[in-house]
Amino acid sequence: MTFLAKPKIAHPSLPKNTLGLTRRDYEGALSTLCAGCGHDSITAAIVEACWGVDLEPQNLVKLSGIGCSSKTTAYFVSGSHGFNSVHGRMPSIAMGANAANRNLTYIGVSGDGDTLSIGLGQFCHAIRRNLNMLYIIENNGVYGLTKGQFSASADIGTKAKKGETNFQPPIDPVLLAMTLGATFVARSFSGDKQQLVPLIQAGMKHQGFALIDVLSPCVTFNDHEGSTKSYAYTREHYEPAVHADFVPLEREITADYKDGESLPVVMHDGSRIVLRKLDTAYDPTNRTAAAAHIQERMREGEYLTGLLYVERAEHEFHQVNQTPAFALNSIPYEALSPGKAGLDKILARYR
Amino acid sequence: MSQSAPDRVNDFTIKIATVNGTGSASANTLLMKSIFRSGIPVMGKNYFPSNIQGLPTWYEIRVTRDAYVARAGRTDLMVAMNAETYARDVKEVAPGGYLIYDSTWPRPALLKREDITVLGVPLARLCNENFNGVRTRILMKNICYAGVLVALLDLDLARIRELLAETYAKKPQLVESNMKAIQLGYDYAKQNFTCPLPLHVAPLDKTRGNIMIDGNTAAALGCVYAGATVAAWYPITPSTSLMDAFKMFADRVRVDKETGARNFAFIQAEDELASIGMVIGAMWNGARAFTATSGPGISLMNEFLGLAYYAEVPAVVFDIQRVGPSTGMPTRTQQCDLMAAAYASHGDTRHVCLYPANPEECFYMAVQAFDLAERLQTPVLVLSDIDIGMNDWMCRDLKWDDAYRPDRGKMLSKEELLKLEKFYRFVDKDGDGITYRTLPGVHPKGAYFTRGSGHTQFGTYTEDSAEYQQVLDRLLVKWNTAKKLVPRAVIDATANSKVGIVSIGSCDGAIHEAIDILKGHGVGVDYMRVRAFPFSEDVERFLAVHELLFVVEQNRDAQFRALLTLETQVEKSKLRSLLYYDGLPISSSFIVEGVLAELEPRGATQPRARTSGAKP
Repeated sequence: MTFLAKPKIAHPSLPKNTLGLTRRDYEGALSTLCAGCGHDSITAAIVEACWGVDLEPQNLVKLSGIGCSSKTTAYFVSGSHGFNSVHGRMPSIAMGANAANRNLTYIGVSGDGDTLSIGLGQFCHAIRRNLNMLYIIENNGVYGLTKGQFSASADIGTKAKKGETNFQPPIDPVLLAMTLGATFVARSFSGDKQQLVPLIQAGMKHQGFALIDVLSPCVTFNDHEGSTKSYAYTREHYEPAVHADFVPLEREITADYKDGESLPVVMHDGSRIVLRKLDTAYDPTNRTAAAAHIQERMREGEYLTGLLYVERAEHEFHQVNQTPAFALNSIPYEALSPGKAGLDKILARYR
Repeated sequence: MSQSAPDRVNDFTIKIATVNGTGSASANTLLMKSIFRSGIPVMGKNYFPSNIQGLPTWYEIRVTRDAYVARAGRTDLMVAMNAETYARDVKEVAPGGYLIYDSTWPRPALLKREDITVLGVPLARLCNENFNGVRTRILMKNICYAGVLVALLDLDLARIRELLAETYAKKPQLVESNMKAIQLGYDYAKQNFTCPLPLHVAPLDKTRGNIMIDGNTAAALGCVYAGATVAAWYPITPSTSLMDAFKMFADRVRVDKETGARNFAFIQAEDELASIGMVIGAMWNGARAFTATSGPGISLMNEFLGLAYYAEVPAVVFDIQRVGPSTGMPTRTQQCDLMAAAYASHGDTRHVCLYPANPEECFYMAVQAFDLAERLQTPVLVLSDIDIGMNDWMCRDLKWDDAYRPDRGKMLSKEELLKLEKFYRFVDKDGDGITYRTLPGVHPKGAYFTRGSGHTQFGTYTEDSAEYQQVLDRLLVKWNTAKKLVPRAVIDATANSKVGIVSIGSCDGAIHEAIDILKGHGVGVDYMRVRAFPFSEDVERFLAVHELLFVVEQNRDAQFRALLTLETQVEKSKLRSLLYYDGLPISSSFIVEGVLAELEPRGATQPRARTSGAKP
């Protein structure tokens, strides 16, 4: 059994978004991941997020590399194009696709192996280019498809299922992204849908590279005693520092915020993210201080979560390249070719 | 070797030996263009080091009334500007030839040969007396030797001024200083030597309707005319100038005059793995995209090329071949990526390759590459080399038909999709192995999943043997369709001979010249230049009807011959390899000697390879 289409049976009473679509319309093929896999919860959060922002399914592009996490792009929004590329190289596919058409929404789903080992170079350079995409890392500290080797995000001292201890320091994608100048950096937990859904929505709307590192336990190879990426360990050690609510353009802010606690960030299309600081010492708009704070808490064994750093990006790839507002793939040929007359002019130089 | 014949008017080769980074390029271009504009066919070849400053470099100008475009293989006049290479430079001059050196310093003993004429010009002294500043003096010394050659070869001084005025249109003071240096050399030669030399130029009318261009520039221009909008690459010699040229043209013709918006994306990637990924992503999403690279880049792109083959995503790659293996000699030429390109990546993969022979073909094949890539939904590799890509070639005017429209292949619009009951990405509706694709954003009905993992004809993941094999077999149907779509071979069977030469790419010029020389020896041979992989039917036929075939190529391992034996029915025993691979462009004498050595004894039928060996 290699592929299962999900039967589409929608109850008429299911809630519809402004496009008249139900959540079921944003689902994909049936997941073939292990029962209880954190990745499936993230898939569900993506479905919820896309439905919630009234995304036209065809305007989404789903990209991934290789690994358990990369399989998941087949499990949501079947009405959109997907590209499951090669191991660690999804960012370059995303870069090319985005260059061709800047007016679609790009979500890349990757894992800690796909991003932090084989794909570390492309990950870093996508951030440097400020490629306009949402990049989700489904981070479980372990290679699943090859049965349980440590990944580059494995913490020092964590134990593999077979008992081996890891002594190599982890690469933290959040700190790395902040160092490289990323303009939207978040961390979340697959078990915290309330936190994750608005982060995904905000990340999709962010103009530039948006990273969400989602701790997503592997039930089969990394959910045992001694693992620092198990459900139990993560629940105990993850600490929301900043909650982000996403408020679409046409909606009013309805949540109740106490003065001084909330910080609205206006996105380029006019929608807003309202940040609520849960840790008063934390400033998600100060890159240096935020990075220091994250690192400090990490040393204490705590993972700060939420929208950890955000700034309005003014140098997204297309802005730097000065491409027109419309998609490059929509320019008629007549506007691209200088024609016979143009050629004669050009060749004058070569006579 | 024969003595220099008395009639060497418009038929000789100059070689200029300098140190790289001293600005000799502008002097050489000046000389080339002034000859070209006098209506005399001329070719320039640059033998430069993989270095920025301080290493020896040579520039060869072949004045060729018969319009032979290959390396001459002999030097009639050497301008020895680099004392470090005096020893080898003096040796290289053909008997009866000339050598010019800087006589500011006493003539070194090693510049002594009885059978050539050595001319001393105090270039450094002339420039020191007339110019200020160390850098200016070095630069002007090179312009000064150009002045000497203007007098010795009877070039047109007015034309030199005209060219300088064009080059320095925005800096008129440079026209005067350059002209002054030219005049210094010119006057010195006029006063001290009998001008012109027996080998000199005389105006002809044989360059009308021609241009002087390098292959990388022509290929870049082809990309502009193909409508390419995304260019992604990682810098590597000798492909970089293709990307530079694309940027130059695009900046000129693709920028909206009102808004300043650029109708192209130019992306310097972090490596070749990323650059090919970007091309694949962009073409998957409906933009025409390309990259340019060389051998090491092709090695890195293998995994992605396999993905594009199997997932059926168009891509265009220019491989400007350089000497391998490994880093090899990055500024020397070879045709050594033929196998690597044809079968790039693991698993059963084969790629469409185009083999241009000159800049003119680089232009047209660039456009064809995009049309084929989109028609066949597969990567197309254009295999040029340093000789074509970076040397100055005289070639026919590039022509453009304004009726051209890109062939986007089988791409369904929203309207077409809505008429379908259901869309399946990999179902072969037309029987040609090419299926219909859609672009992201078109309509939910057109959505499909692209993957390098096993898939069914409906685009879904599979590990089912029959479903997997159905797709793989259909790709073979597509491969056979490709044979009918790729450019035909160029065949000259006018000799009506049982003997044929088979070759590809930049060997073409040397072969044409060799065929003429062989005719003089009473040997007539037919000639087929293969222009694409997979091999079309005409290739098979030519191989079948000839009894003896010389396969001429520029690599050690007879890669082209191997491709022919793997992919056609030809009997191996009919094929004789003539292999040239020392890094210099092949010359006609190598081919002539190889053919005669095989044919003249004509009893020795043992197949043997003739190779270039150690001596260029």
